[in-house]
Amino acid sequence: MEITFYIAAFVAVVSTAMVITRLNPVHALLYLIVSLLSVALIFFLLGAPFAAALEVLIYAGAIMVLFVFVVMMLNLGKEAIAQENRWLNPQMWIGPGALSFILLIELIYLLEKESSLLSSAEMVEPQQVGRALFGPYLLAVELAAMLLLAGLVGAYHLGRREQEEGP
Amino acid sequence: MISIPIEHGLYLAAALFLLGLMGVLVRRNLIFMLMSLEIMLNATGLAFIVAGARWGEAEGQIFFMLILTLAAAEAAIGLALILLIYRHFGTLDADRISEMRG
Repeated sequence: MEITFYIAAFVAVVSTAMVITRLNPVHALLYLIVSLLSVALIFFLLGAPFAAALEVLIYAGAIMVLFVFVVMMLNLGKEAIAQENRWLNPQMWIGPGALSFILLIELIYLLEKESSLLSSAEMVEPQQVGRALFGPYLLAVELAAMLLLAGLVGAYHLGRREQEEGP
Repeated sequence: MISIPIEHGLYLAAALFLLGLMGVLVRRNLIFMLMSLEIMLNATGLAFIVAGARWGEAEGQIFFMLILTLAAAEAAIGLALILLIYRHFGTLDADRISEMRG
Protein backbone atom coordinates (compact mmCIF):
# COMPACT_ATOMS: atom_id res chain seq x y z
CA MET A 1 0.00 0.00 0.00
CA GLU A 2 1.48 3.30 -1.11
CA ILE A 3 -0.47 5.30 1.44
CA THR A 4 1.59 3.86 4.31
CA PHE A 5 4.72 5.41 2.84
CA TYR A 6 3.13 8.85 2.65
CA ILE A 7 1.74 8.65 6.18
CA ALA A 8 5.15 7.64 7.54
CA ALA A 9 6.83 10.39 5.53
CA PHE A 10 4.38 12.95 6.91
CA VAL A 11 5.03 11.77 10.48
CA ALA A 12 8.79 11.95 9.87
CA VAL A 13 8.71 15.51 8.55
CA VAL A 14 6.36 16.79 11.25
CA SER A 15 8.28 15.19 14.10
CA THR A 16 11.59 16.46 12.69
CA ALA A 17 10.15 19.95 12.49
CA MET A 18 9.13 19.57 16.12
CA VAL A 19 12.68 18.49 17.04
CA ILE A 20 14.25 21.68 15.81
CA THR A 21 11.68 23.94 17.45
CA ARG A 22 11.40 22.47 20.95
CA LEU A 23 12.91 24.36 23.86
CA ASN A 24 13.26 21.45 26.25
CA PRO A 25 16.00 19.02 25.14
CA VAL A 26 14.11 15.96 26.40
CA HIS A 27 10.98 16.83 24.40
CA ALA A 28 13.15 17.30 21.32
CA LEU A 29 14.76 13.90 21.91
CA LEU A 30 11.39 12.19 22.17
CA TYR A 31 10.29 13.74 18.88
CA LEU A 32 13.60 12.70 17.34
CA ILE A 33 12.93 9.12 18.38
CA VAL A 34 9.49 9.28 16.73
CA SER A 35 11.13 10.62 13.58
CA LEU A 36 13.71 7.82 13.53
CA LEU A 37 11.03 5.18 14.06
CA SER A 38 8.99 6.50 11.15
CA VAL A 39 12.11 6.47 8.96
CA ALA A 40 12.65 2.86 10.06
CA LEU A 41 9.11 2.06 8.92
CA ILE A 42 9.92 3.63 5.55
CA PHE A 43 13.03 1.45 5.28
CA PHE A 44 10.89 -1.58 5.93
CA LEU A 45 8.43 -0.53 3.24
CA LEU A 46 11.26 -0.02 0.77
CA GLY A 47 12.36 -3.63 1.18
CA ALA A 48 15.30 -3.05 3.51
CA PRO A 49 14.32 -4.89 6.72
CA PHE A 50 17.90 -5.16 7.94
CA ALA A 51 18.42 -1.40 7.73
CA ALA A 52 15.10 -0.87 9.50
CA ALA A 53 16.18 -3.09 12.38
CA LEU A 54 19.53 -1.30 12.60
CA GLU A 55 17.79 2.07 12.59
CA VAL A 56 15.61 1.09 15.54
CA LEU A 57 18.38 -0.64 17.47
CA ILE A 58 21.32 1.70 16.95
CA TYR A 59 19.80 5.09 16.18
CA ALA A 60 16.61 5.10 18.19
CA GLY A 61 18.05 2.83 20.86
CA ALA A 62 21.72 3.38 21.46
CA ILE A 63 22.45 6.89 20.21
CA MET A 64 19.31 8.45 21.65
CA VAL A 65 19.94 6.82 25.03
CA LEU A 66 23.40 8.39 24.92
CA PHE A 67 21.79 11.78 24.32
CA VAL A 68 19.34 11.24 27.17
CA PHE A 69 22.20 10.35 29.54
CA VAL A 70 24.13 13.46 28.60
CA VAL A 71 21.07 15.69 29.01
CA MET A 72 20.55 14.15 32.45
CA MET A 73 24.20 14.71 33.39
CA LEU A 74 24.19 18.30 32.23
CA ASN A 75 21.07 19.02 34.28
CA LEU A 76 20.04 21.93 32.09
CA GLY A 77 17.43 23.82 34.01
CA LYS A 78 14.94 26.56 33.32
CA GLU A 79 17.75 28.98 32.61
CA ALA A 80 18.84 27.14 29.48
CA ILE A 81 15.24 26.99 28.25
CA ALA A 82 14.82 30.73 28.79
CA GLN A 83 18.09 31.35 26.98
CA GLU A 84 17.00 29.30 23.97
CA ASN A 85 13.65 31.07 24.06
CA ARG A 86 15.39 34.42 23.70
CA TRP A 87 17.22 33.12 20.67
CA LEU A 88 14.30 31.36 19.11
CA ASN A 89 12.21 34.32 18.07
CA PRO A 90 10.53 33.91 14.68
CA GLN A 91 12.82 36.52 13.11
CA MET A 92 15.73 34.11 13.40
CA TRP A 93 13.90 31.51 11.35
CA ILE A 94 13.07 33.61 8.33
CA GLY A 95 16.51 33.55 6.70
CA PRO A 96 17.45 29.86 7.05
CA GLY A 97 13.85 28.77 6.51
CA ALA A 98 13.50 30.68 3.26
CA LEU A 99 16.88 29.53 1.96
CA SER A 100 16.17 25.89 2.85
CA PHE A 101 12.79 26.12 1.18
CA ILE A 102 14.39 27.49 -1.98
CA LEU A 103 16.82 24.57 -1.96
CA LEU A 104 13.96 22.11 -1.49
CA ILE A 105 12.02 23.59 -4.41
CA GLU A 106 15.15 23.40 -6.55
CA LEU A 107 15.70 19.75 -5.63
CA ILE A 108 12.08 18.89 -6.36
CA TYR A 109 12.37 20.61 -9.73
CA LEU A 110 15.55 18.74 -10.59
CA LEU A 111 14.10 15.40 -9.52
CA GLU A 112 10.84 15.95 -11.38
CA LYS A 113 12.57 16.27 -14.73
CA GLU A 114 13.23 12.55 -14.85
CA SER A 115 10.65 10.11 -13.61
CA SER A 116 10.90 6.44 -12.70
CA LEU A 117 9.14 4.02 -10.42
CA LEU A 118 10.68 2.65 -7.26
CA SER A 119 9.74 -0.99 -7.55
CA SER A 120 10.58 -2.69 -4.31
CA ALA A 121 9.26 -5.99 -5.63
CA GLU A 122 12.61 -7.58 -4.91
CA MET A 123 13.45 -7.29 -1.25
CA VAL A 124 17.13 -6.95 -0.41
CA GLU A 125 17.60 -9.73 2.11
CA PRO A 126 19.90 -9.39 5.12
CA GLN A 127 21.82 -12.40 3.83
CA GLN A 128 22.58 -10.55 0.61
CA VAL A 129 23.76 -7.51 2.56
CA GLY A 130 26.01 -9.58 4.79
CA ARG A 131 27.53 -11.40 1.86
CA ALA A 132 28.40 -8.11 0.16
CA LEU A 133 29.58 -6.59 3.43
CA PHE A 134 32.15 -9.29 4.10
CA GLY A 135 33.04 -9.76 0.45
CA PRO A 136 33.92 -6.70 -1.61
CA TYR A 137 33.44 -4.25 1.29
CA LEU A 138 35.64 -5.96 3.86
CA LEU A 139 38.09 -3.07 3.95
CA ALA A 140 35.24 -0.67 4.71
CA VAL A 141 34.20 -2.87 7.64
CA GLU A 142 37.75 -2.80 8.98
CA LEU A 143 37.88 0.97 8.63
CA ALA A 144 34.54 1.29 10.44
CA ALA A 145 35.92 -0.85 13.26
CA MET A 146 38.99 1.40 13.54
CA LEU A 147 36.73 4.47 13.54
CA LEU A 148 34.63 3.05 16.36
CA LEU A 149 37.75 2.21 18.38
CA ALA A 150 39.09 5.73 17.85
CA GLY A 151 35.71 7.13 18.88
CA LEU A 152 35.69 5.00 22.01
CA VAL A 153 39.19 6.05 23.06
CA GLY A 154 38.52 9.69 22.21
CA ALA A 155 35.24 9.82 24.08
CA TYR A 156 36.83 8.18 27.13
CA HIS A 157 39.73 10.60 27.08
CA LEU A 158 37.52 13.66 26.68
CA GLY A 159 34.90 12.59 29.18
CA ARG A 160 37.36 11.68 31.92
CA ARG A 161 37.51 14.04 34.88
CA GLU A 162 40.84 15.74 35.43
CA GLN A 163 43.06 14.02 37.96
CA GLU A 164 42.75 15.65 41.36
CA GLU A 165 45.96 17.27 42.56
CA GLY A 166 47.27 14.89 45.19
CA PRO A 167 48.96 16.07 48.39
CA MET B 1 4.35 -4.80 -2.93
CA ILE B 2 4.38 -1.07 -3.08
CA SER B 3 5.62 0.99 -5.95
CA ILE B 4 6.23 4.62 -5.23
CA PRO B 5 8.20 6.98 -7.46
CA ILE B 6 11.85 7.21 -6.45
CA GLU B 7 11.48 10.99 -6.40
CA HIS B 8 9.15 10.85 -3.44
CA GLY B 9 11.69 9.01 -1.33
CA LEU B 10 14.33 11.50 -2.35
CA TYR B 11 12.00 14.43 -1.57
CA LEU B 12 11.59 13.07 1.92
CA ALA B 13 15.37 12.75 2.31
CA ALA B 14 15.84 16.29 1.02
CA ALA B 15 13.18 17.68 3.33
CA LEU B 16 14.69 15.97 6.37
CA PHE B 17 18.19 17.10 5.40
CA LEU B 18 17.09 20.71 4.99
CA LEU B 19 15.23 20.62 8.31
CA GLY B 20 18.44 19.43 9.96
CA LEU B 21 20.43 22.15 8.20
CA MET B 22 17.95 24.73 9.43
CA GLY B 23 18.34 23.40 12.95
CA VAL B 24 22.12 23.68 12.79
CA LEU B 25 21.90 27.23 11.49
CA VAL B 26 19.28 28.55 13.87
CA ARG B 27 19.74 26.84 17.21
CA ARG B 28 22.37 28.15 19.59
CA ASN B 29 22.47 25.26 22.05
CA LEU B 30 25.16 22.70 21.27
CA ILE B 31 22.91 19.75 22.14
CA PHE B 32 20.33 20.84 19.60
CA MET B 33 23.00 21.44 17.00
CA LEU B 34 24.29 17.89 17.50
CA MET B 35 20.76 16.53 17.22
CA SER B 36 20.29 18.41 13.96
CA LEU B 37 23.51 16.87 12.67
CA GLU B 38 22.08 13.45 13.48
CA ILE B 39 18.95 14.35 11.50
CA MET B 40 21.11 15.29 8.52
CA LEU B 41 23.08 12.02 8.67
CA ASN B 42 19.86 10.06 8.94
CA ALA B 43 18.46 11.82 5.86
CA THR B 44 21.60 10.92 3.95
CA GLY B 45 21.16 7.29 4.93
CA LEU B 46 17.55 7.44 3.77
CA ALA B 47 18.71 8.65 0.36
CA PHE B 48 21.11 5.69 0.15
CA ILE B 49 18.38 3.22 1.09
CA VAL B 50 15.99 4.69 -1.47
CA ALA B 51 18.60 4.39 -4.20
CA GLY B 52 19.49 0.86 -3.12
CA ALA B 53 15.82 -0.16 -3.21
CA ARG B 54 15.37 1.38 -6.65
CA TRP B 55 17.99 -0.86 -8.21
CA GLY B 56 17.53 -3.80 -5.85
CA GLU B 57 21.15 -3.73 -4.75
CA ALA B 58 22.65 -4.35 -1.31
CA GLU B 59 25.09 -1.44 -1.62
CA GLY B 60 22.55 1.07 -0.38
CA GLN B 61 22.18 -0.76 2.91
CA ILE B 62 25.95 -1.19 3.22
CA PHE B 63 26.52 2.53 2.89
CA PHE B 64 23.69 3.17 5.30
CA MET B 65 25.53 0.96 7.78
CA LEU B 66 28.74 2.92 7.30
CA ILE B 67 26.84 6.17 7.87
CA LEU B 68 25.35 4.63 11.01
CA THR B 69 28.85 3.83 12.28
CA LEU B 70 29.93 7.37 11.52
CA ALA B 71 26.90 8.76 13.33
CA ALA B 72 27.59 6.63 16.40
CA ALA B 73 31.24 7.71 16.59
CA GLU B 74 30.27 11.33 15.97
CA ALA B 75 27.63 11.27 18.69
CA ALA B 76 30.05 9.75 21.22
CA ILE B 77 32.80 12.29 20.52
CA GLY B 78 30.38 15.19 20.23
CA LEU B 79 28.66 14.40 23.51
CA ALA B 80 32.02 13.99 25.27
CA LEU B 81 33.05 17.40 23.91
CA ILE B 82 29.75 18.87 25.09
CA LEU B 83 30.34 17.53 28.59
CA LEU B 84 33.84 19.01 28.55
CA ILE B 85 32.60 22.38 27.31
CA TYR B 86 29.84 22.47 29.89
CA ARG B 87 32.29 21.65 32.67
CA HIS B 88 34.69 24.30 31.44
CA PHE B 89 32.39 27.18 30.54
CA GLY B 90 29.22 26.38 32.46
CA THR B 91 27.09 27.05 29.39
CA LEU B 92 26.24 25.47 26.05
CA ASP B 93 25.56 28.72 24.22
CA ALA B 94 27.52 28.48 20.97
CA ASP B 95 27.91 32.26 20.78
CA ARG B 96 29.29 32.67 24.26
CA ILE B 97 31.93 29.98 23.80
CA SER B 98 33.03 31.08 20.34
CA GLU B 99 36.21 32.76 21.49
CA MET B 100 38.34 29.60 21.75
CA ARG B 101 40.73 30.85 24.38
CA GLY B 102 41.27 27.54 26.08
